[in-house]
Amino acid sequence: MSPRDQGLWRIFRLPLLIGVVSLIGLVGALLGDGLWDGLGAALLAGGLALATAAWARQRSGTRKT
Amino acid sequence: MRSGTVRAWSRVHTWSSLISTVFLLMLCVTGLPLVFAHEIDEVLLHQDWSPTHADGRRLDLDQVLDAALARHPGDVPTFMSFDTDRPVVNVTSRAPDAPAGAYNFQPIDQTSGEAAPLVAGHPVMEFILQLHTDLFLGLGGMLFLGLMGLMLLVAVVSGVVLYAPFMRRLPFGTVRAERSARTRWLDWHNLLGIVTVAWVVVVGATGVVNTLAVPIIAHWKDTALADLAAAYDGPVALDERASLDAAVNRAREALPGMTLQFVAFPGSDYSTDNHYAVFFHGDTPVTTHLITPALIDARTGELAAVAPMPWYVKALSLSQPLHFGDYGGLGLKIVWAVLDLITIVILGSGLYLWIVRRRRAR
Repeated sequence: MSPRDQGLWRIFRLPLLIGVVSLIGLVGALLGDGLWDGLGAALLAGGLALATAAWARQRSGTRKT
Repeated sequence: MRSGTVRAWSRVHTWSSLISTVFLLMLCVTGLPLVFAHEIDEVLLHQDWSPTHADGRRLDLDQVLDAALARHPGDVPTFMSFDTDRPVVNVTSRAPDAPAGAYNFQPIDQTSGEAAPLVAGHPVMEFILQLHTDLFLGLGGMLFLGLMGLMLLVAVVSGVVLYAPFMRRLPFGTVRAERSARTRWLDWHNLLGIVTVAWVVVVGATGVVNTLAVPIIAHWKDTALADLAAAYDGPVALDERASLDAAVNRAREALPGMTLQFVAFPGSDYSTDNHYAVFFHGDTPVTTHLITPALIDARTGELAAVAPMPWYVKALSLSQPLHFGDYGGLGLKIVWAVLDLITIVILGSGLYLWIVRRRRAR
């Protein structure tokens, strides 16, 4: 854990990425058909997967130290 | 951010959440089965059925309407819709003196005029839907839930603002499991809250738009249909009406290539007192959600107008799938349900954090 304060970009870059991916999934499934239906669900779930991965990484990181 | 600013945002977050939490929890809990309404109805209402004359003989729409009204003498027809996977026409009618919102809904076998089994809207699901839509309080309940939806949006915005000072020294994804329950739940609340922002905002905002359905449609009727409504002094009586079947065929000619969705009868919320409003939708993924009516003079059977919907009705139409999550197959519905469950955890943990902090302050 860094004792230094993080800037807004560092704090929000991953949440922003997750938000954009979720929105592409939400709107993509509405505008597209067939393949896009599955892709939309996958992108929306992808945001959650990214968060889970970050959480798992943090957890293993704190255990080691 | 200055500590005074953080305190102000914190107060906004606390109060917008506190006011709405009970209602949002209700919406999340009732919303969960509603995501799968189609699948649940299929199980609850499953019944083997085949049309009486599967060989192709079809009654025309006037005969179907007569068959339906014969079962409820004195009723006035309001809507007619068409099943896509079976030869069934659904007739909605109401007694002239019935209380607001009381309708008779009849699926009719178009090959015989006999009643067909219900395939959607099991009473249990209707109960949940009504609770979710308006708390059984009609328009007032709908608008109230819309206000709670606005509170949710305020809580999300203030929550995102507060995320920054909380996460200043923590990497993304941190949950301090070794710390007190309060800290642990604060971290979960922040993490789950920030990763679901996009979905919660879309479902919340489209939910708010859906609560405005009644005023939106009323405004459309008062403006777009005003000239048509002014053409006659009084409403068209039942025995003055020209053939419905011919009216629908005339409408089809006016909107070639589009798919028939439903008919709104004279005097209903979606038409004037003097016209059959015949609604069609397109066939691309987006335009299936967008409806265009052809208005047919109910006395003469002549085409009166084709009335493309203004932007605010289109916004309402697109808000429905984006709120229900029923536009991308079962996979999307499952993700919708997971996000709904996560939202329940966010609401619950938020409430818990508020209670703990209050106890400490004493």
